[in-house]
Amino acid sequence: MTPTAMKVPPRFNIMKTRELGIVLALAALVLYTTINNPRFLSGQSIRDNLLNTAILAVMATGQAVVVITRNIDLSVGSVLGISAFAVATMMSDHPGLPMIVAILVGLAVGAAAGLLNGVLVRYGKVPALVVTLGTLYMYRGITYSWAGGSQVNADELPPHFLNFANANLLGVPWLVLIALVVVGATSLVMRNYRVGRELYAMGSSPQAAELAGIKVARNLLGAFILSGALAGLAGVLFAARFGTVDASAGNGYELNVVAAVVVGGVAVFGGSGTVWGAGLGALLLTVISSALAVLDINQFWQQAIVGALIILAICADRLVAVRIARSLRKKDSHG
Amino acid sequence: MAEASALLEVQDVTKSFGAVAAVQGVSFPLFGGEAHALVGENGAGKSTIVKMLAGVHQPDTGTLRLAGNDVTFAGPADAKAAGIAVIYQEPTLFPDLSVAENIAMGNQPLTRLRQIDRKAMHATAERLFRRLGVHLDPTRPARGLSIADQQLVEIAKALSSEARVLIMDEPTAALSAVEVARLFAVVRSLRDEGAAILFISHRFEEITELCQRVTIMRDGKHVATELVADLTVDDMIRRMVGRDLSALFPKQTVEPGEVMLEVDGLTREGVFRDVSFSVRAGEIVALAGLVGAGRSEVMQAVFGVDPYDSGTVRFQGKRLKPGSPRAAMAAGIALVPEDRRQQGLIMELSIERNVTLPRARKLARLGLLFGGAEREAALTWTQKLQTKLGSLSDAVGTLSGGNQQKVVLAKWLATGPQLLIVDEPTRGIDVGTKAEVHRLMSSLAADGLAVVMVSSELPEVLGMADRIVVLREGRVAAELTRAEATEESVMYAAMGQEVAA
Repeated sequence: MTPTAMKVPPRFNIMKTRELGIVLALAALVLYTTINNPRFLSGQSIRDNLLNTAILAVMATGQAVVVITRNIDLSVGSVLGISAFAVATMMSDHPGLPMIVAILVGLAVGAAAGLLNGVLVRYGKVPALVVTLGTLYMYRGITYSWAGGSQVNADELPPHFLNFANANLLGVPWLVLIALVVVGATSLVMRNYRVGRELYAMGSSPQAAELAGIKVARNLLGAFILSGALAGLAGVLFAARFGTVDASAGNGYELNVVAAVVVGGVAVFGGSGTVWGAGLGALLLTVISSALAVLDINQFWQQAIVGALIILAICADRLVAVRIARSLRKKDSHG
Repeated sequence: MAEASALLEVQDVTKSFGAVAAVQGVSFPLFGGEAHALVGENGAGKSTIVKMLAGVHQPDTGTLRLAGNDVTFAGPADAKAAGIAVIYQEPTLFPDLSVAENIAMGNQPLTRLRQIDRKAMHATAERLFRRLGVHLDPTRPARGLSIADQQLVEIAKALSSEARVLIMDEPTAALSAVEVARLFAVVRSLRDEGAAILFISHRFEEITELCQRVTIMRDGKHVATELVADLTVDDMIRRMVGRDLSALFPKQTVEPGEVMLEVDGLTREGVFRDVSFSVRAGEIVALAGLVGAGRSEVMQAVFGVDPYDSGTVRFQGKRLKPGSPRAAMAAGIALVPEDRRQQGLIMELSIERNVTLPRARKLARLGLLFGGAEREAALTWTQKLQTKLGSLSDAVGTLSGGNQQKVVLAKWLATGPQLLIVDEPTRGIDVGTKAEVHRLMSSLAADGLAVVMVSSELPEVLGMADRIVVLREGRVAAELTRAEATEESVMYAAMGQEVAA
């Protein structure tokens, strides 16, 4: 084996094409839609798409981290709901509170919800699917009984809170900026920091992670707290963007979030995929739904297309895995 | 040698799992600069000792003393921090992560921003591989590595932590002679630098070669701790088993019958080339050679698990359909794979389910499986093989390594094959069980079964085989009869010029 032949990292190339695939799909979709309706690429349309992506991308980031550890968090939709309702109620009762307090409270509510998920998964030794399915109903139930049929309307909220969704920093909306920071920072931690690699290791082989002395409990709780906190943050953004919040806010969101993560190339069995891939997945799903609207395609098709994308993503993972196995075997036999 | 103070001391430790006492009152010291062997039959409690030292299990009573101080390890992280590195029997790698990341996990080199320094990480991995004399790409994922390569990564991982105590639970089981020699050279240099080594192996020649002191265990109890120089191998075996082992290789001479299997010019590009041999009824043919010579791959192609590019396989005169294990099974061929955890058994299923799996169709009535027929078939074969088990409905994963191997054998013997292919039949099992497996193979051959055995253990090859086909780099290097075969002649053929040089 020559040194140069050894340097070819097959996984990296293929992984690259995995995220590249999403970018290409996105480009093709935008191109096709724009040809049919040039307004699709107008400033307002781009802005809407990015704003709609922001909330989904924030939640997909937390979800991706949890899925990478071979778990899942189905409660994020309900956490968004409880956080949105809590923050909206707080802001209507105390209109003087600055935005940063709203954000911190949202994060805290979500983190508490995530902590409960993590504790039940780790110490209750119950699969995450079951735990978070349970808390999905639980958190939603709490929100319903708290709201008691009432809702917080936009006119009850202070203007600085509502303006936050539309305000810019150097032309970039705050929502988009927050999503970018969340996706970027988390991607960086997952890629370049020890704790990130440990999370990948835990998903790749839970037994080996225990034997390697990785602080599995701490990391797992951390992953669930992150997912919860980001869902809580998404709740604040949701309340600021839509103004009207009732107990059903974010109902069914968890499926969009999981879909974004899977389409974004995070393996459902953990251990591989990237956070920024999940962010791209969120963008792709958002652009698809707005493109279908622009193209005047029945919106019922949207669900079928998202479903097809999920299946395609998983098939692509299988295909890549088989191809890696084959290329490695070939390399070994010549080595 | 500093006899005065032990680096690590196991003092009167006891550990029970439920009602089963795995380890009872075992004590022994590990000295710096010394390799210490831990021997015992499978189920003697060696792995439990390892897991206690690794912090996976905590002793019920008794203490561990590190450099004279009592220590308790709450988890593997504590043991690691105390400078104890463990190479487990079953590789514990992260398949999705790169080889370099696997090695560095937990103590990755960091840049000033506390990020992982990938360049340094890859350099470390390359340095360790150079020291071990292996060619592995540090950037490739661990998924898809052969068992031997996985074991080498494990070894590199243990070396990277610069441990004061290195514990190796059968590190050589999957390695070839050359790789073992390299590993021993590295272990010796670590030992001479003052590290304490705990070495577990079923190969006595390795123990006498590497170790100064040996602790013998039987049924969870401590039998003796002595200097290796004071003991003969026979002494060790006798104390381990508690009885004399009359013959380790009870080969019965059999008049070979008609030709059962004919392999002619079998080729798979890049793996093996032009492999030809035949096997008669009642004969045991061994495929010998170094790890990576293509032995298992040839037999997998014969059985139809892997494809081949050219050549023919005939069984009882009829050409066997390539690439179809089902056809091979229908013709009367059984294959007992090397990696029993991954390929041979379904760990979560019960013993009886595992035994009857290949025959499930035949046992089914109206397409449904009823417990009775299954249990009966499983009972017959597990009893014939003297498998030690609690209940047939227990999960296979709860059995010890040797007994798992017996279940794999039972599974395939229950199909009533005419040709049995066994890949490393006694890898990782103790001498007592080994002798039983050998006796069984011998008596099966005497009953007219044709046996092909792939084995890395020379004594086994020489002791059991009627004929030996030696492969080197995917080609037949020599075919030796029982009379011609000696340790030298087989190794010479397997390694080619390397021995002469």
